Amino acid sequence: MSRSSSWAREALAVFGKDCLLELRTRVALGAVLLFAVTSVVASGFALAPPSGVAGEVKASLLWVIVFFAAIAGLSRVFVVEEETRTADALRLAVSPTGVFVGKLAFNIALMWALCVVTVPLYLLLLEVPVRHWSLFVTVVILGSTALACATTAVGAIVAKATMRGALFGVLAFPVALPPLLVAIHATKAAWLSEGGWRMATGDLQVLVGFMLVIVPASLLVFEHIWSE
Amino acid sequence: MNWQIELRRVGKEYNERPVLQDISASVTAPGVWTILGPNGSGKSTLLKIIAGLLTPTEGEVVYLHNGERLNAQQRRQVVGMVAPDIALYRPLTAIENLRFFARARGVRVQDGDLLSLLEQVHLRSRAHDPVATFSTGMVQRLKVLTALVHRPPVLLLDEPGSNLDEAGMEFIRHTVRVQAEHGIVIVATNDTRELDYGEPLIQLGA
Amino acid sequence: MNAVAKILTGVWIAGVTVAAFLWLPPAQGFRSPESARIVVFHVPCAILTFVAFLVNAWYSWFYLRRREPLLDMKASVAAELGLLFAVLATVTGSLFAMEQWGSAWNWDPRETSIVMLMLVYAAYFVLRGAVEESGKRARLSAAYALLAFPAMVFLIWIMPRIVESLHPTNTLFTGSGLDPVYRITLWSFFVGMMAVFVWMFRLRLRVEMLEARVRRRRQTEPEPTLTGVQP
Repeated sequence: MSRSSSWAREALAVFGKDCLLELRTRVALGAVLLFAVTSVVASGFALAPPSGVAGEVKASLLWVIVFFAAIAGLSRVFVVEEETRTADALRLAVSPTGVFVGKLAFNIALMWALCVVTVPLYLLLLEVPVRHWSLFVTVVILGSTALACATTAVGAIVAKATMRGALFGVLAFPVALPPLLVAIHATKAAWLSEGGWRMATGDLQVLVGFMLVIVPASLLVFEHIWSE
Repeated sequence: MNWQIELRRVGKEYNERPVLQDISASVTAPGVWTILGPNGSGKSTLLKIIAGLLTPTEGEVVYLHNGERLNAQQRRQVVGMVAPDIALYRPLTAIENLRFFARARGVRVQDGDLLSLLEQVHLRSRAHDPVATFSTGMVQRLKVLTALVHRPPVLLLDEPGSNLDEAGMEFIRHTVRVQAEHGIVIVATNDTRELDYGEPLIQLGA
Repeated sequence: MNAVAKILTGVWIAGVTVAAFLWLPPAQGFRSPESARIVVFHVPCAILTFVAFLVNAWYSWFYLRRREPLLDMKASVAAELGLLFAVLATVTGSLFAMEQWGSAWNWDPRETSIVMLMLVYAAYFVLRGAVEESGKRARLSAAYALLAFPAMVFLIWIMPRIVESLHPTNTLFTGSGLDPVYRITLWSFFVGMMAVFVWMFRLRLRVEMLEARVRRRRQTEPEPTLTGVQP
C-alpha cells in the first residue's frame, strides 16, 4: 500500500463519494429538480403565449428560477455531512482544500444537471425564440457554474448554523447577485439582440472574472469555516 | 520511529465558559493511555483537540516525530480516530466506505485488499450491504477498520466499548493490544471494563 | 474621545450645516436648485457606508488570522455603523430623487449598490443571530464578510454596465462637474461625520466589551446550590 498526497486526489475522492451518495439517496437532485420543474411548469401556465410577456421578463424569470432551485439544493452537500455526523470523519481524512474543491465540483455538476432538465423545458413551455444558440448555451454553462462557485462556501457556513433553510437564501443572495445579473443581461442578448456575441462578450468576461475572484476568496476562508 | 504527543497547557472555552483548563501531558510510543472522567467532564472534547478536530482556545497540542514537529497536513496522516459521534456513510456499503477513506487518504488499494481487510473483522460476507443495515457491533468494527486503513501510528478511541457485547469488547481489546505494540493508543472512557487498557494519562473532574 | 474633541465635532457639524443653508448658493441646473443642498449631507453618508464595509472586512480578516474576540467585536460594530449610514444615505438620496427625478426609487446603479450593502449587513446580522457559540459566530460571520466583500466590489463595478446611471460620475474627485463651494462644504461635512463615526465606533465597542465582561463574570461565578443551606 503506497501513499500519495495532493488535494486534487482528495477532491476527486470526495466528489466520487458525494456522487455515489447522491445516486443512493437523491436528496439534493430531488430537491433541486422538483423545485425547478414545478416553477417552470407554473410559469408556463401563467406566461405562455398568447400572454404577450416580453422576452426580457422571460430571461429574468429563467435565472430567478435557476437561482432559487440552487438555493433549494446547493447547501445539501455540507448540511448532510453535519446532520449524519460524518463531517468529523471527513475532517480527519481530507484537507480543507480537498473538501472544498470536491464539494464545489459536486455543486457544479448539480447545477449542470439542473440546467440540462430545466432550460429546455423552459424554452419549450414558454416558447422562447433563441437567436444565438451557441451564445445562449455558453451563458447557461458559465452562469450556472458561477452560481455554484458563489454559493458553495456560503453553504458550508449555513451547515454550521441553525435555521438553515431560511438562512441559505438570505446569505447566498448578495454573493450570487453579480453573476445572476450578468447572466440575465447576457441571456437577453442571446435571445433578443441582433448583436449576439458582440453584445455579450463583456458579460461573459465578467462571469469568468467573478469565478476567478470568488473561488480563491472561498478557498482562503473555507478552512476557517470548515475546521472547528 | 519515535512518535511523541505533547499537550501544552491546553484549554477550551465555549461561550466564554471554560470546558477544559490548563491540561499538560506527554506520551511517547509505544503504549496505551487513558483519559478518565465522568460524562460531561470534557473527555470527548479533549480527544478531539488531540485529534486536531477542535482548535484549543489556550495552549497547543504538538506531534513530534524524531523530535520534528508535524504540521496539520502531516498530523492528519498519522491519526486514526473512532468516536460515537464520528459516523460512517450509512447509505454506502461497507466496502464503499472503506474504499472512500482509503482513497481520500491516498492509500492505493485494490478491492481484493479491501475484502481481506473486511475478512479480518468478520465483515467480508456483508461487504456489499449498506452500513445502515449493520448492527452496533458491526458498525464499530468497520469504524475501527476505516480508522486504521492508512496504518496510523496514533489511534484515538472515544468510549470504544459502549453498547458492545463481550465479543465486541474482546475485538477492541485485541485492536488496542496490536496497535500498542508499535504506536500510541489513547482511550477516553468512564467504563470500568475499559480501565485496564493502560495507565491513566489524565483524570478529568466533573 | 475626550470632551474637547466631542465639543469640537459638534460645533464643526453645526457650522457646516448652517453654511450649507446660508453660504451655499442654490445649485443652478438642477430641477429644484434649493433642494440640491442635501447632496452635501447625502454623499458623506454614502461614502461612510463603504468605509464601514471596508473596516468590517479588515477586522474580519484580522480576526481569522489572530482569533482575538476584540477583533470580532470591532468587525461587528463597524457593520452596525455601516447599516446606520446606509439607511441615512438611502433616505437622504430618496428625498432628493423625489425632488429631482420625480420618484423616490429609480433602480439606479448606486441606489441598487447601497441596497445590496444593506442586504449584506442584514444577512451578516441574521447569521450572527443564528449561531449560538461565540467563537463559532465570530469565525462564520468573519468568513461571510470576506465572501461578501469581493461580491460587492464586483456588483458596484458591473452595475453601470447593466443599468444606466442617473448619478454623475467622478465629479467628487476631479471637480469638473461640482462647484468648488459645494466641494468644500461636502468634504467639510464628511470630516465632521467621520469624527462622529469614530466616536460612535469607540462608544459601541466599549459597550460590547463591558457586556462581554459581564457574561464572563456570570460564567465563572459558582452555580447556586441547595447544599449550602444550613438547617
